[in-house]
Amino acid sequence: MRSVHTIIAAMLLIATASPLRASEIPQGERRSGFSFMTPETRAMQNDDTANPGMLWVLDGETLWKSKTGAAGKACADCHDDARASMKGVAARYPAFDKALGRPVNLEQRINLCRTTHQQATPLAYESRELLALTAFVAQQSRGVAIETGSDPQLEPFIDKGRELFMLRQGQLNLACANCHDDNWDKRLAGSAITQAQPTGYPLYRLEWQSLGSLERRLRACMTGVRAQAYDYGAPELVELELYLMSRAKGMPMEAPAVRP
Amino acid sequence: MTSALINVPAKAKRGDIIEIKTLMSHIMETGYRRTATGEVVPRDIITSFSCRYNGIEVFRADLFPAIAANPFITFFTVATESGKFDFEWIGDKGFSETASASITVE
Repeated sequence: MRSVHTIIAAMLLIATASPLRASEIPQGERRSGFSFMTPETRAMQNDDTANPGMLWVLDGETLWKSKTGAAGKACADCHDDARASMKGVAARYPAFDKALGRPVNLEQRINLCRTTHQQATPLAYESRELLALTAFVAQQSRGVAIETGSDPQLEPFIDKGRELFMLRQGQLNLACANCHDDNWDKRLAGSAITQAQPTGYPLYRLEWQSLGSLERRLRACMTGVRAQAYDYGAPELVELELYLMSRAKGMPMEAPAVRP
Repeated sequence: MTSALINVPAKAKRGDIIEIKTLMSHIMETGYRRTATGEVVPRDIITSFSCRYNGIEVFRADLFPAIAANPFITFFTVATESGKFDFEWIGDKGFSETASASITVE
C-alpha cells in the first residue's frame, strides 16, 4: 500500500514538475503528414492529374504571366521563368525582410511584390488568386529540402514561435506541443494526430474542398482548442509558421500536397 | 479562372483498354447551405459531363449536389483509332467548359 502511494506521489511530482513534456521530436523520427495518409490519398497527391491542388498551380501560372497594377508589370517581367527563378524559394520562407525588420511568409512576400513593384492592390488572404500564385511558386520547390531559419536574424522570431507552440491556450487549455510533439503517434477521434510538419503548403484539404494556407490550418487548430485565433498575417502566426518550418528543416517540400 | 486537368495516354495499341482521368475546377455549391443571416446560398453545380471520341459519345454522367468540389471523373474506353477526345462540362449559372486531348493508336 505504502509503495503504491509512493508511486502515485512520484507520478504527481513528475506531472507537476513538468506540466508540459516539451520533448521535441528526434530528427530521425520526423515524418511528413503524407506518411499518415491512406494509400488512396497518397496516390491522389502523387498524380498531378488527380491532385486538385494542381488546378491552383495552373491558375497561378496564368497569373504569373499576366500584367497587373499601375506599373503594368507581370511577375515574369522581373523573375522570368519561375521554374528556374523560384526553385527553392518556398523552402526558405518565412524569411527575414530587411525593410520591415521582421519575418514575412510567402503570401506576404507576394503581396509586398505586388504593392511595391507592380503598384497593384494586395490580394486578400485565402483568395483564389493569392493561393494560386503561392501554390505556383511553392510547386517549384517540390523535392527541395526545407532551409527556413538558416538566417541568424530570424533566431529571436523562431524563439517566439516556439514559445507560442508550447503555450497552453483556449478553453481546452492545450498547447500545440501537447498533441504534435507528445502524442503524434496516437489518434484523435479516429484521425491520425500527425507531427505538424508543414511540408506541403499551400495544400488541398479534402475537408475544405479547397486549397488553403498554413495560416488557415493553424487558425483551424486554434479554434479547435477553443482559443481566439490570430488574424491572417498577424506577427504571431508568422512566427509560429517560421518555427514550424525551421522545425521541419531538411525535410523535402511537397507542395501542393493533399491532406484528408 | 477555370481550369481542367486531363489525362489521356498519348499512345495506345489498337484494342487496348485505356483509362481517362478528368479533373474540373468547380465549387459545387449544394444549394442546401445558408449564410449567417439565414439566406439560402443558391445551388451552383456541374450537372452534366460528356466525352466524345472522334465525335462519338463514349461516356456521359449526370452530377448532383452530393458530389464534392472539383469533380474528378475517370472512366475506361477502348482505343480504336487515332484522333481526339472532346470533353464537355455543363452546369448551373450558364457554366460551360470544354477541353480536348489527342491519342495516337498504332
